[in-house]
Amino acid sequence: MHSDSESVRKSIRLYLTIGVTLLIFTALTVAANRFHFIVPIAIAVALVIAVIKGSMVASVFMHLNHEQRWIYGALALTVFFFLVLMSVPLFTILDSIGTEVHAVAVEHAGGH
Amino acid sequence: MDMNIPYTVEHRPDTGLANGKLGIWLFLGSEVMLFGALFSTYIILRVGAAEWPHGELNIPLGAINTAILICSSVTMVLAWASLKMNDWAKHRIYLVTTVVLALVFLVNKYFEYSAHFASGEVPAHTTFLAIYFTMTGLHALHIIGGVIVMSYFLGPGAKLWKKNPEQFANRIEYTGLYWHFVDLVWIFLFPVLYLL
Repeated sequence: MHSDSESVRKSIRLYLTIGVTLLIFTALTVAANRFHFIVPIAIAVALVIAVIKGSMVASVFMHLNHEQRWIYGALALTVFFFLVLMSVPLFTILDSIGTEVHAVAVEHAGGH
Repeated sequence: MDMNIPYTVEHRPDTGLANGKLGIWLFLGSEVMLFGALFSTYIILRVGAAEWPHGELNIPLGAINTAILICSSVTMVLAWASLKMNDWAKHRIYLVTTVVLALVFLVNKYFEYSAHFASGEVPAHTTFLAIYFTMTGLHALHIIGGVIVMSYFLGPGAKLWKKNPEQFANRIEYTGLYWHFVDLVWIFLFPVLYLL
């Protein structure tokens, strides 16, 4: 990353601008919640705003917009395994192997 | 015998980075997996629940805490930038402000938790409260960890600035990376737990 005195001095305005933008986006998130969207839209709106805010923090405050490739490599690995983790709920929902719980309960009730 | 740890300031020829920088990013990678597992658990619990409470949490207090953490991220990056510009006095002011903002966040969290406990809303009460206390409690522990590290750099750790200013600036940068990550986690926790 470029961290000589002069480039850092130039970045200060950017840090402040990003800070203010993040605060505005937080207000937007709360305001969007007042519209009482249906659940899928509410989730989409909240997560899109959170992703935008997260990207700003990561790219500007954490300097990911100009890092070394070793950092990007470590992060690519993290993103891959994070996606695996996030797909675990999907596998759980799609899992149709085995006997359904209510079918077993009905069987037991019939036996007595 | 005087031994120096290599690559604390100068960059390794193979990675192009100081060792601490790669180290903190690998640590943050493991942190992503830790919180990722909890977010994944949250999704499984929520999808599997017959009903999910809405509006149980104090949204204004959650939003204020979000703003507090954002401001603390700004002061943290300015604390590092001040060191790079050789302004020790400003660095101290920004770092102290970051610690104060972190403490205000924790005080707000204390009031929030107290209100829940007073009305019998303990983690064992519902699945929602269990995952809420687990996620926000773990996040609060990270805030406390950050406060301890920053307090060290305000106290005994500050001596390094006179001995090796570049190394000290690097340490503040790594602390900052951790702190921004803690902010990043809250940016997702707030809408997921308070609003959805």
